[in-house]
Amino acid sequence: MALLPSCFRAAAEASCVESPMPRPPRARAMLYFVEQCLNGVQLGMLLFLLAAGLTLVFGIMDLVNLAHGSLYMLGAYFAATFAALTGSFVVAVVLALVASLVAGMALELVAIRRLYGRDHLDHVLGTFGLLLFFNELVRLIWGPAGMTLSLPPQMLAAVKIMPGVYYPAYRLVIILATLAVAALLYVVVMRTRLGMLVRAGASNREMVGALGVNIKLLYTLVFGLGAALAGFAGVMQAPILTVQIGMGENILILAFVVIIIGGIGSIRGAFVASIIVGLIDTVGRAFLPDMLRQVLSTNAAQTLGPALSSMSIYMLMAAILVFRPEGLFPAASR
Amino acid sequence: MTSSLDPSLAAAAAPRLTPRGLLAAALLTVLGLLPLYTRLTGDPFVVTLFTRVLILALAATSLNLIMGYGGMVSFGHAAYLGIGGYAVGILAKEGIVSGFVQWPVAIAVSALYALVVGALSLRTRGVYFIMITLAFGQMIYYVAIGLDRYGGDDGLTIYRRSVFVGPVDLNDKTLFYYLCLALLIAAIYLTSRLVNSRFGLVIRGARSNDRRMRAIGFPTFRYRLACFVIAGALCGLAGALLANHTNFISPALMHWTRAGDLIVMVVLGGLGSLFGPLVGAASFLLLEEALSRVTEYPDLILGPILLLVAIYLHGGIEGLLERRHA
Repeated sequence: MALLPSCFRAAAEASCVESPMPRPPRARAMLYFVEQCLNGVQLGMLLFLLAAGLTLVFGIMDLVNLAHGSLYMLGAYFAATFAALTGSFVVAVVLALVASLVAGMALELVAIRRLYGRDHLDHVLGTFGLLLFFNELVRLIWGPAGMTLSLPPQMLAAVKIMPGVYYPAYRLVIILATLAVAALLYVVVMRTRLGMLVRAGASNREMVGALGVNIKLLYTLVFGLGAALAGFAGVMQAPILTVQIGMGENILILAFVVIIIGGIGSIRGAFVASIIVGLIDTVGRAFLPDMLRQVLSTNAAQTLGPALSSMSIYMLMAAILVFRPEGLFPAASR
Repeated sequence: MTSSLDPSLAAAAAPRLTPRGLLAAALLTVLGLLPLYTRLTGDPFVVTLFTRVLILALAATSLNLIMGYGGMVSFGHAAYLGIGGYAVGILAKEGIVSGFVQWPVAIAVSALYALVVGALSLRTRGVYFIMITLAFGQMIYYVAIGLDRYGGDDGLTIYRRSVFVGPVDLNDKTLFYYLCLALLIAAIYLTSRLVNSRFGLVIRGARSNDRRMRAIGFPTFRYRLACFVIAGALCGLAGALLANHTNFISPALMHWTRAGDLIVMVVLGGLGSLFGPLVGAASFLLLEEALSRVTEYPDLILGPILLLVAIYLHGGIEGLLERRHA
């Protein structure tokens, strides 16, 4: 089991400030800050992919899906497998996306649709069972050891984004690709017939069914879409961390935090909240221990620093709860 | 608090010869005689396994109090196991081995944590409540990982079990087993007294219709918070027991999937039934044990079983008996 969410580790590893000549400390600190912010945005975009699927599925089908992280894990395993088979990163990404979509729709047809309209506790129990099942299935198929996915050489390079600041090209690719997906999602939800049905379903499920829309098909499609988004998150993360069993479990909780902060059922809320959570988490982890050292003894700071910085987003969540229990952007109809 | 308000409720608390009552009696008899079996066969494994069953049944009983009777689906309940366990572990490492200090601290810290988490999360309901307790549970998990002095990621070995006076020596497996059994029975008794009291009626009333309860003048938030704290304290005790049982405590115990296990036990046994958590904990842990003996991939079977329980088995194992009876 990965004890730290892998995304955190990835963010901590990336230390890409190159300083050919000694710089004044303040400038160097500034560059480090910029870099950590970018890492935070990258984590935020990743969280958005997961949270968008979760919030869509919850908003429309009223389903709590604990197996959402399993779809993220499956996406990463698909990508690693297809990359090994085809030898091409891009082909692997496309195939893995399609496979995640198919896996999600199959899961909906076989199991998930029997849970609609039931108590949330039944959802928790059933999807928890699915989570156990998928972890074990992955162990059976791919074995207990993790996998790695190597990037094409041009994505390994560092790109100069500011004078003196180099940032890994692939991390920029992640940020841009996720932004593109977010834009696409926006267009689909706000400008297409399918999106209209999705929005209608979110505000009044029964009425949409009564108007003659094939609600079962709509549900399958929405679940498949959520699965594809989660799978895409897994695919994008696969090259910067080890693909392993249980990799979706910790990040799923962060996605829940994002949804709570953003407001359940709201994609816009999920987008804003993911960036906030990503930034606070990464920047807090990078700077809080140092800041504590200014006010506390080194020893105390060393003990408290990691604990406090991992608590920061939960404290934000608690604060949001106190002041705005429905989240920052409550979905209109709820 | 007495259950004298309504005679029918008092009767419900008293044991009757229903299938449920029979099952409970049979279970308790088997559990009471279990160490005898070990004495005869010389196989200590069964007692060790069942000590674990009893401890987790105690944790599940505390979860059942808020989830089954109060409708508060807490997905962060494993945190109390960890807090109780770390209270014992940290005090032991700092040289305080007396159980008279360790256990009250374990209970008090758990209760305090429950008070804070409850005060924040009980402002919400339904799915929000599930997700928020989940998030707070995971927060404690990361805090434990950050405790470098106490093992961090790797956990903390407890070299000495809690020390009590005189002949009470927790290293004695049989004695420890009976202690856990006694505490579990006490917790079940406490639950039965609580839920049938006026306090319990408010809790159950708030579960079915909170607004109506408030309209007739009950400040339900306070009642529910008190219930949440009692459950947290009980589970903290279970954590102290668990740390003594395994001589080890680690953050992995507080991972949210462990909280999921506790929920599974309660739902499997039967939500809102007194002996349900015990039945659930026993069947879940024994099933896990049995499956891991026949296959290398136990969760491949356990997972779908849980899914099927969620889809088809309303009211868990206890509910199954009830339906047959009716």
